[in-house]
Amino acid sequence: MEKIIQGKYVQLENVNMTFVTRKGTFEALRGIDLNIREGEFISVIGHSGCGKSTVLNLIAGLLQPTSGLLFCAGREIAGPGPDRAVVFQNHSLLPWLTCHENVYLAVERVFGKNENKTQLRARTKAALELVGLGHAADKRPNEISGGMKQRVGIARALAMEPKVLLLDEPFGALDALTRAHLQDELMSIMAKSGCTAVMVTHDVDEAVLLSDRIVMMTNGPAATIGEILPVALPRPRKRLELAENAEYNHLRSEVLKFLYERHAKKAA
Amino acid sequence: MSVITLQRKNLETDMSHETSPAQPAKAAPAPVTMAADSAAIAIHDKAINERAAKNRQLISAFFQWLLPPLFGLMLFTAIWALISYQSEGLPGPIPTWHAAVTLFSDPFYNNGPNDMGIGWNILNSLERVGLGFGMAAILGIPLGFIIGRFAFASRMAAPIIGMLRPVSPLAWLPIGLLVFKAADPAAIWVIFISAIWPMIINTAVGVSKVPEDYMNVARVLKLSEWKIATRILFPFVLPYMMTGVRLSIGVAWLVIVAAEMLTGGVGIGFWVWDEWNNLNVEHIIIAIFVVGIVGLLLEQMLIMIARRFSYE
Repeated sequence: MEKIIQGKYVQLENVNMTFVTRKGTFEALRGIDLNIREGEFISVIGHSGCGKSTVLNLIAGLLQPTSGLLFCAGREIAGPGPDRAVVFQNHSLLPWLTCHENVYLAVERVFGKNENKTQLRARTKAALELVGLGHAADKRPNEISGGMKQRVGIARALAMEPKVLLLDEPFGALDALTRAHLQDELMSIMAKSGCTAVMVTHDVDEAVLLSDRIVMMTNGPAATIGEILPVALPRPRKRLELAENAEYNHLRSEVLKFLYERHAKKAA
Repeated sequence: MSVITLQRKNLETDMSHETSPAQPAKAAPAPVTMAADSAAIAIHDKAINERAAKNRQLISAFFQWLLPPLFGLMLFTAIWALISYQSEGLPGPIPTWHAAVTLFSDPFYNNGPNDMGIGWNILNSLERVGLGFGMAAILGIPLGFIIGRFAFASRMAAPIIGMLRPVSPLAWLPIGLLVFKAADPAAIWVIFISAIWPMIINTAVGVSKVPEDYMNVARVLKLSEWKIATRILFPFVLPYMMTGVRLSIGVAWLVIVAAEMLTGGVGIGFWVWDEWNNLNVEHIIIAIFVVGIVGLLLEQMLIMIARRFSYE
């Protein structure tokens, strides 16, 4: 594989996205340029309908851009693939499979050619234990809580050992306490795996807490990147300590100012 | 684990042995044991009462479940009796019952093709329904999958299904007679053509309703078409498919009586017609009940199968 230029692990070059709908065309994204370093944690934040999920789906390869180029690890993104694992907003577990089987489906697809069943099962087990769900392996998704489902979703994505982990509002549907708990877990998991991650969120605290850089999007239609805010807070980050950290609060208010002063969403 | 709990239990009983003699004063051992006895009796009584209350609840629940349908049937029989009392030709419940008892006392006699027991007639009809329905399922379910999975196939099939589905099943009988040149395959053909639509349509609807999220999972994992079919489409579509199967069986059983009336042969439909020619009205009423009860049993059987396969 060719050598990847430092600082350009995931690359978006002048990406435009126009959807053709029954009512006509809708320009969702215009001129998106973004470079993501290897191992970096990027948050994409913006008001709803600004096309932040579209950016994620483009990197995932689930959508094809109208124009522009996308690269991952030096290769053009031509379609979806297990090297870019997605944690979906609503977990998207298959309800007829147990947690173990859900993760195994992914593990089997990625490693099935080179490893035997015992190894595949061990990988599945390890992934579930990583998210603290070793005990729930034989449960079906409808037998566990929302937070646990989302953890299985994360386990499924991580078990694939992806180059890039894509998270689409992963904690949006959870209550505040569960969300905080899973954010902490995700932080420690990401620290261990060193995986590159792109997360779409509308939660300012979540973005500041987790990210190395926050990509702030302007409002649609024809949304683009308004500003990129580096988050230089040292890791490991502790939620409670950060609450009184001046730098944290400054970054937080920067994002809030961007969202509610410069790019306030007009009341619908 | 069990050993530990066992040991702990022993420990607890040992301790209670140690403490209990120490507690009461030595002077009055008798009242203490009496008190303990009465307490034990009280506990025993309480357990009996609880069990009795539980039984009472079960019994009342059973009657609440049983009584309404029972009243319904009684009302139905009463109205039937009243009407038959007014009418000349219509037999009432009691003569029908007697006729049914004689009929079912020997369900499998065989006096040649025009005079066979009711059991043979039912079995012959079920066989036709089974064959016609089975072939419809073998063809209809995969067709439904293809139509649901590929938009082109769906648009291709839409006008044909839309046009042929509303056609009365018996309109297909002459075509069957013409092609197969025999009554029996023609009857099976009618069952086939009327049973296939609900299975095609419900399967296709199920496939087209597979959530985008599940398909996105398949796309991200780059699952093979076979894995998509077995791990995502089939489990998701199964409940829809079973609805189609249930509707199909219902239609097939509905149509068989009419088809057999026209084609003849051994079967419940022809039997009804035969008994009409003999003016044996009791038997016609019995046939109506038999057709209804067999249909109900088929439906219940399929509901049970569907529940067995449901993932929810």
